[in-house]
Amino acid sequence: MSSSTTLTTPEITKWDGGERPMKATYGKLMMWFFLVSDAFTFASLLIAYGVVRYMHPAWEKPFSEFEFATSSDDLYWPIPEKVFNAFPGLHGMDIPLGFVGLMTFILILSSVTMVLAVEAGERKSQKEVEKWMLWTIVGGVLFLGCQAWEWSHFIHGSANGVVRDGVQIFGANLHVNEYGPQLFANFFFFITGFHGIHVTSGVIINIVIFYNVVMGTYEKRGSYEMIEKGGLYWHFVDLVWVFVFTFFYLI
Amino acid sequence: MAHFDASMTPEEIKAAKMKTVIKVTAILAAITILEFILAIVWPDGFSRTMLYILFLGMTFIKAGFIIMEFMHLGHETSLLKFVILFPMLFLVWLCVALFVEGQAIIDAFLNW
Repeated sequence: MSSSTTLTTPEITKWDGGERPMKATYGKLMMWFFLVSDAFTFASLLIAYGVVRYMHPAWEKPFSEFEFATSSDDLYWPIPEKVFNAFPGLHGMDIPLGFVGLMTFILILSSVTMVLAVEAGERKSQKEVEKWMLWTIVGGVLFLGCQAWEWSHFIHGSANGVVRDGVQIFGANLHVNEYGPQLFANFFFFITGFHGIHVTSGVIINIVIFYNVVMGTYEKRGSYEMIEKGGLYWHFVDLVWVFVFTFFYLI
Repeated sequence: MAHFDASMTPEEIKAAKMKTVIKVTAILAAITILEFILAIVWPDGFSRTMLYILFLGMTFIKAGFIIMEFMHLGHETSLLKFVILFPMLFLVWLCVALFVEGQAIIDAFLNW
């Protein structure tokens, strides 16, 4: 028996773990894979919307003369610009997509503040992370508030409603739809609702992260990577809105 | 993203990153404003299909910037990029398959 021992570093082979083939941490990689699956869910919804729209007649006359369908024999798909043309506080004015545009800007800006929070996290600057996370949360809550108003207006409908088959209809729900085919309203509730649920959970995740930042959890852990993971999810929500905006509101 | 490496000071890296953030934000805002203007001023006689192709192109440009810069995928390894982006090709197939199906359904309704 020798009196001295030599410490040898244990040999780690490729199959012993510790390898990062994609140079991303486990948490980030799993967040990416989750987002891929979520992208499929949203894409399926939007593609289903497209198919159903194909299955309905379209407005044939000049675009600017659009009116909501007045007969269930000719129930054509509405032009979104003419449906979403109201703005809070500007009653009766025709502002096509004005409010949706505001919502889009709020979400893009909250995505920017999230990038800044991630950047501050990489420098381990707790104060700056706090500031930018708070702005991101404010942006998310503002967006949700706007969506609540949008839903409320969609459900209550325009001031005069539409007379269809001799019956006056105001607004839309899952049984009647002032704006056109019933499925248009159903898809509106489902797609923007599903996105809204994502924003809601994103805000909750951001609040949890903000709490942890304030409590110094990541400071003790020595890594602000959680901001990056939450950031990935938050940017994804913004990304989905870019597509919802185009396929539901613009086209 | 602007080039930065270990030889740069933290301030320089921060400045380089901020430049990218501002650039991407400006591009996203500009494209969105352009979409609005097009949606409102597009004249009656012009092809709507043309407009929709424009919207589609602008949407993918915006999505590209968000994924590559904000979500940082552009700076990950090429394997990770491939793993994330390749499955999206299946969605192209889903579009083709279902739109053909939708057309067939309305034809069946109309020619019953």
